[in-house]
Amino acid sequence: MAVQEMAGQKRTEGLWLAVIGSAVLFFLILPTLIVIPMSFSDAAYLEFPPKEWSLRWYREYFGSAEWMAATRTSIVAAILTTLIATPLGALAAYGLHCSSTRIRNAAQILVVMPIVVPIILIAVGVFHLYAKLGLNYTLAGVVIAHVALALPFVIITVLSGLKSYDFNQELAARSMGASRPRAMLDVTLPQVKFSVQAGAFLAFITSLDEVVVAMLISGGEYATITRRMFNALRDQIEPTVAAISTCLIAISVLALIGIQLIGRRGRGER
Amino acid sequence: MNMTAIGEGANRAILARLQSRERQFFLKLAAPAILGIMIVVFLPILWLSSLSLFDAAGDWSTANYARVFQSPLYQKTFHVTFIISISVTAFCVLLGYPLCYWLSRLSPRTSGILMVFVLVPFWTAVLVRTYAWLVLLQRNGIINQGLVASGIIDEPLQLAHNLTGSIIGMVHVMLPFLVLPLYATMRAIDGDLVRAAIGLGSSPREAFWRIFFPMSLPGLFAGVILVFVLSLGFYVTPALLGGGRVQMLAQRIESTITIYANWGAASALGVILLVMALVLIWAANRVFGLDKLFVR
Repeated sequence: MAVQEMAGQKRTEGLWLAVIGSAVLFFLILPTLIVIPMSFSDAAYLEFPPKEWSLRWYREYFGSAEWMAATRTSIVAAILTTLIATPLGALAAYGLHCSSTRIRNAAQILVVMPIVVPIILIAVGVFHLYAKLGLNYTLAGVVIAHVALALPFVIITVLSGLKSYDFNQELAARSMGASRPRAMLDVTLPQVKFSVQAGAFLAFITSLDEVVVAMLISGGEYATITRRMFNALRDQIEPTVAAISTCLIAISVLALIGIQLIGRRGRGER
Repeated sequence: MNMTAIGEGANRAILARLQSRERQFFLKLAAPAILGIMIVVFLPILWLSSLSLFDAAGDWSTANYARVFQSPLYQKTFHVTFIISISVTAFCVLLGYPLCYWLSRLSPRTSGILMVFVLVPFWTAVLVRTYAWLVLLQRNGIINQGLVASGIIDEPLQLAHNLTGSIIGMVHVMLPFLVLPLYATMRAIDGDLVRAAIGLGSSPREAFWRIFFPMSLPGLFAGVILVFVLSLGFYVTPALLGGGRVQMLAQRIESTITIYANWGAASALGVILLVMALVLIWAANRVFGLDKLFVR
């Protein structure tokens, strides 16, 4: 009897837990889900669920020279950021992995900092630095700042990949006559390929989604998409933003799927 | 005998030299990235911080700090910042702890699938999520419509463009930062310990509070500090969902520079924010390596 009571109580508690847990998951996913149908609405003001469906806001987005220029800036900046931050970050991770524990720990603290230091302080600091160098409102300025913000993600990802790699393989290659760069590129790199790719995805998303730094240092011809969106939302809610948001969600989800697939393949091969 | 001793000494010297050359080589590989982060992130912040120590005439003074601590305007900013950060952290714990507990008791496969609901918003741009909340919370938005239709309220509530909206939006942005370390910690707890306690006569509730809960504390602590620190310096969501009525520290710093061009005061605010963030992050890092958060 007592045991049954206990089991019953356990079941009710489990049920409650499932209800609360599902509600929290719903809270987390709801906003992302709501933007997508809204972007296909025909109404000029925001309504949900939309009464009429259309591609009106996508036409508006793809037909606007301003939005297209901002999209181009953001995508070019994100690609350049990825191309620069990935090799630099992977090299740094390799170097730190082989350094002494003391140096590695010190560098790791340094590397995590840009992620946790309030971004507004980085933004204001960079804005002033750029004012002296004449880099504000330039594409190069956006890319340099985004590379610095993306590097930590690449370094952390590749460092964790190197942890499960047996470094003796590279030493073996070198003892058999391979030069250091050869051994690095032909023996080590293929085995940490997956963490390098995951780092590249993170770098791309970091640059594409970044708002606060871009808000201060980008502008004019080279305003990023997030900067334009921020201003559009501050003034009035434009439905075009729903179409742009849906595109950004699609890119993020694709990147996330990419990272997960890479992770699975990476684990399978090790 | 003597000869080999000399030979060994020479070998050791050569080895040491090779080793130090090897170390320097690895440091050189890491140098470009580390220098890049230093020049773009750290130097500007250090320089910005140094501005707080000078007055308008360029003389050394503590006037900026005096003003920041005495002016009612800045005091209100600190007050609002703390209220919001504490509320957001509290709500994240209330929502996140049951969620993680539930997920950690499901099979790894099921909870892996459900984690998608945490990861998709985590990787969706903050701006996009804030926009979604602007739409959801507006006067004739879906939430107000639902509440009025179900007869819970007669008049639409003012949910956006105020403190409520800022807190709701921020809880949504911050929740994954609490869930990820907490869930990882709970997954690592050996369920046999709880079962053993129950087998030895403890009630399930007692087993939870005396065994499971204390073991989940490191993850909870890391998540709480992370959420609190990120909230302290948060800009985007309160700027948009607060509708200009909510001024947190980050917005105050930005407007002090872009509108009032008062670099000294902005710098003093920045230093206070930075010191709070660094101390808390240092504490969290000791309990739970924060770099683990971003790697799966």
